[in-house]
Formats: sequence, C-alpha cells, structure tokens
Amino acid sequence: MLEHKERPINRKVKRRLWLNAIMKTGFFAATLIGLIFLALLLYRVLNQGIGYLSWDYITSFPAPFPEEAGIWAGLVGSIMLMVIVAAIAVTIGVATAIYLEEYAPKNKFTEFIRANIQNLAGVPSIVFGLLGLTFFVYMFSIGYRLLAGGLTMALLILPVIVVASQEAVRSVPNELREASYGMGASKWQTIARIILPAALPGMLTGTIIALSRAIGETAPLIIVGAATAIYTLPDSLLSKYTVMPIQIYNWTGRPQEEWQYVAAAGIIVLLVVLLMMNAIAVGIRNKFQKRL
Amino acid sequence: MTVKLDERKDMKTTTNIESRTKEDHQKKTAVEESEVFQVSDLNLWYGSDQALYKINMAIPEKRVTAIIGPSGCGKSTYLKALNRMVEMIPIVKTSGTIKYRDKNIYEDKFHVEELRAKVGMVFQKPNPFPKSVYDNVAYGPRVHGIKKKAILDEIVEKSLRDAAIWDELKDRLDENAYGLSGGQQQRVCIARALAVEPDVILMDEPTSALDPISTLKVEELVQELKKKYSIVIVTHNMQQAARISDKTAFFLNGELIEFAETDELFQNPSDKRTEDYITGRFG
Repeated sequence: MLEHKERPINRKVKRRLWLNAIMKTGFFAATLIGLIFLALLLYRVLNQGIGYLSWDYITSFPAPFPEEAGIWAGLVGSIMLMVIVAAIAVTIGVATAIYLEEYAPKNKFTEFIRANIQNLAGVPSIVFGLLGLTFFVYMFSIGYRLLAGGLTMALLILPVIVVASQEAVRSVPNELREASYGMGASKWQTIARIILPAALPGMLTGTIIALSRAIGETAPLIIVGAATAIYTLPDSLLSKYTVMPIQIYNWTGRPQEEWQYVAAAGIIVLLVVLLMMNAIAVGIRNKFQKRL
Repeated sequence: MTVKLDERKDMKTTTNIESRTKEDHQKKTAVEESEVFQVSDLNLWYGSDQALYKINMAIPEKRVTAIIGPSGCGKSTYLKALNRMVEMIPIVKTSGTIKYRDKNIYEDKFHVEELRAKVGMVFQKPNPFPKSVYDNVAYGPRVHGIKKKAILDEIVEKSLRDAAIWDELKDRLDENAYGLSGGQQQRVCIARALAVEPDVILMDEPTSALDPISTLKVEELVQELKKKYSIVIVTHNMQQAARISDKTAFFLNGELIEFAETDELFQNPSDKRTEDYITGRFG
C-alpha cells in the first residue's frame, strides 16, 4: 500500500525539480544576454578609445585635428552642470517629498499630485528640453547659457528625486515618528532629527541615480543650446558651456575615422566620472547606514 | 464563582509584588485623591466606525491605573486619546472633553506639543531611535530647548537611574540603542519618556514584547515610578493588572464597563461582564 502511494509523489518531485532546472537556466540566460552586450560595449569603447586617452586628451580643448582634440571643456562643463542640477533638484525634490509625505493632507488631491509626479518621471527628455527653451532661454531671457541648461536638467530629474525621496521617507518606521511626537516634538523637529537622517541613504541613492541619468543626457541640452565647440571654461552661471555627451555626439558625426576614436575616449571619461559618482554615493550611504 | 476564587489565589501566588502594592494602596486611600485626567462623554470614531462610547473616567494622581479588556475593545485607542496620539491616524474624530489638570486638551490654546511633554508615552514595541543611548534619552530635553551639555548629562543620568538601567548602561552610553536587548531597549524608552519630566506616563502594553524577566523588571519599575508619576497602563494580561495597579478599568466593545479599585474589581466585580472576563469565560 505504502509503495503504491509513494510512486506518483516521487514522479512529481522529479518533474518539479526538472522544471526548476529549466527555469534556472532560462533566468541565467536572460542575465547573460545583458552581460554579454555590456562586455561588448566596454570592449568596443576601450579598444577604440584607449589609444587616444591621455592626460593631454583630458586637459585639452576641442581642436580641428583629432590628435589635438580633448574633452576638458566637456568634462568641466558636465561637472559644473551637475553641481547646479544637484543643488536645485535635491533642494526642491526633498522638500516636495517631505511636504507630500509628512505635511499634505491625505486626500484625493494629494494622491492625484503623487500619481502625476510619477508620470512626469516618464516624460521624454526632449520635452523638458522644449520646456527649458520656452521658459528659461526665451521667457526669462537667460539665453543659451549654463544656468538655462542647469535649470532644464534639474526639472528633468526632479520627478525621479521626488519619487525616490518619498519612498525613503515612507520607509522610516512609524514607531520612530510616534516616539518623537510622543515626546512633544513638533513636526519639523521630528523631520529634521529623526526622519531625514533615517531617510538620507535612500534619498542619496535616488539622487545619484537621477544624476547618472542627467550626466549622460544629450537631447534637452542640444535644444537649450549647449555649444558644440568651445575654447574657454565656463566661469559663471551665465557662461557658454558644453558637456561631455554633446562633445561626444559632435565627434561621432564627423566623417573621418579618427574622430570615432576620439569619441570613444570621451565615452571612457564619461563612464569613469559615472563610476566615481556611484562610488561616492555608495560610500556616503554606507557611512550613514552604519549609524543606523 | 469557585473558578473566580481559584484564579485569585493564582494571582496572589504569582509574585510578591502584589503584597507591596496592597500596602502602598492602603496608605494611599487614606489621602484625599486628586485627578490628573477628567474624561467626560468621550466618543471616538475611526471614519464611520465608532471605537469609544461615552467614556467617563477620572484618572487619579500618583497611582497606577490599569486598563484591561479583550483585543479591539478600545483600550489602546482610549490611552492614545489621552495625549492625542490617536490623531496620528487622520480619519479619527472625537467628541466630548478630556481635561488634563483642568485644562481641556482639545482647546486650541493648549498645544499638543505641550500636552505630550507633560503626558509621556511608552509603546508596545520598544522603539528607541537609531542613535546612541545618550542621544535617545537626551532627545526630549533637546527638543524642548535644553542645549547645555552639563544639564543634559545630569538629566540623562537621572533618567536612566530612575528607569533602573543606569548601572547596566553607564559605560555604554555611546553605543547605539539598537544593539541593546529588548528589555533594555524598553527601559531606555522609559528613561527617554522620564527625561522630559512628565506628569503622567501612558504605557501601551509595555511588556507584551518582552521576556518574563524583563517584564518583571518593568513591573518593578512601575511600582517605583508611581511615587513620582501618575501612570496609566494598558495590558492584556490581567495578572499584571492585578499585580501592579491600584485602580483598574475594564473596557468592552468601546465602552467602559467598570472602573474601580483593583482589589475591588478583581474580587468583587459589580458587573456581570467584568466577572465573566476576569474569570476567563471570554476574551
């Protein structure tokens, strides 16, 4: 009797294990596809660009000949742009998230705003470029200057920062709020002393992800007029400027083959800057998480 | 009836704290009683669900008032209404009055922050901040504007001493409170509540997440604290209520069924429902 019963169960176990093995292989293959293309991209870029990459390349302005061209203007422009973008977008984004999560009444209107901020995060970047052109370049007559680019890019990543910061604020355990309010702390005291420190790692992660998107963005900056060839560094908010992706885009459009290598070297610099930003974010995050 | 007597015997043998309680209590009854809270006709709704019905109850000063009742009877809701923590849930509506020391706590001139500085709270789950022990205890005083290190040091030591945890933690003040055991965390939370020198301490099932030894320590602490503070404690544990409280209130389905001296309520309940509950017929 017992043997009779065991058999079908055994068969099912085999089938389940077999199915599990298939699924595992499938998921691994999916992961592999991504990794292979990433490796190909890195290989191609490194292969083409590494020969042109040198200290001279990093510290030179664009030039009419590939051997003399450099990324300096784009590198400095990108970093300055990111500083402006981060300052504006983080301030407004975190403040918005705090208002929506901690102060705003929980009603349909707040819900509506929340949903639409999420939608904004999915709007194509070129649309933000047009918005920037209309408002910052023409209406506020800033012109094709660094500040206009910064404001436009800040708008572009603002929704991402708001959404990430909201998640971070929401993930702070309610018991901590109760404890603080229970001592007679005001809302602002609770936010400043308890919620912000606890939410900071999440906010930083969101900010870095958003900035990583912004530093590689080209389309909106073409529209708001980042220059393609520039021989001075921006020295104020109202200077002319260029950024790395635009410089790279400009080089790849040229007919001579050498320019492709110059562009590849630019991509390497861009990737290194990105990796450094991420490393800084991870470092700060670990430091704050240890305190938790 | 016999069941009830047996139960009472059980309760008496569980710990020797009770005998102490009784002595204290007899001393106290001789003194004229004054009240910290005067609750009149309190109704409370969560949206359209009514959670509390016409509660009338006066909470005495410098005594331990226990609130018992089955799950969902409104005892925690009632406790949180006393320092308006219940309003953390936005759909809550109340009617009636709660007077703290003759001041209506719902009156606009009386800020909720002031009320909560006077009426501290200890929660069911130990909820220290992810900060050092020192910063946890100093949190309240700092929030209320004390900045001088010397004063803060003094307050932290005094509060930890009052919470009977100074000796255990005096060399670990800089450690993160998350690294402490559950029982230690809860006593740090009590110390944190004491640091703002409250008048009343509300405790919402403070031992339900603790092991028996930590529970005993907290219960002993409550006995110490009632010399200086008025304490209201919600507990699902009737033995605990009998052991540590002077007065006990029994809640059922959002109504206050009976409120009397603890001995009176447990030995000679005047309401049939109280009797059924304390003898274990339901709940």
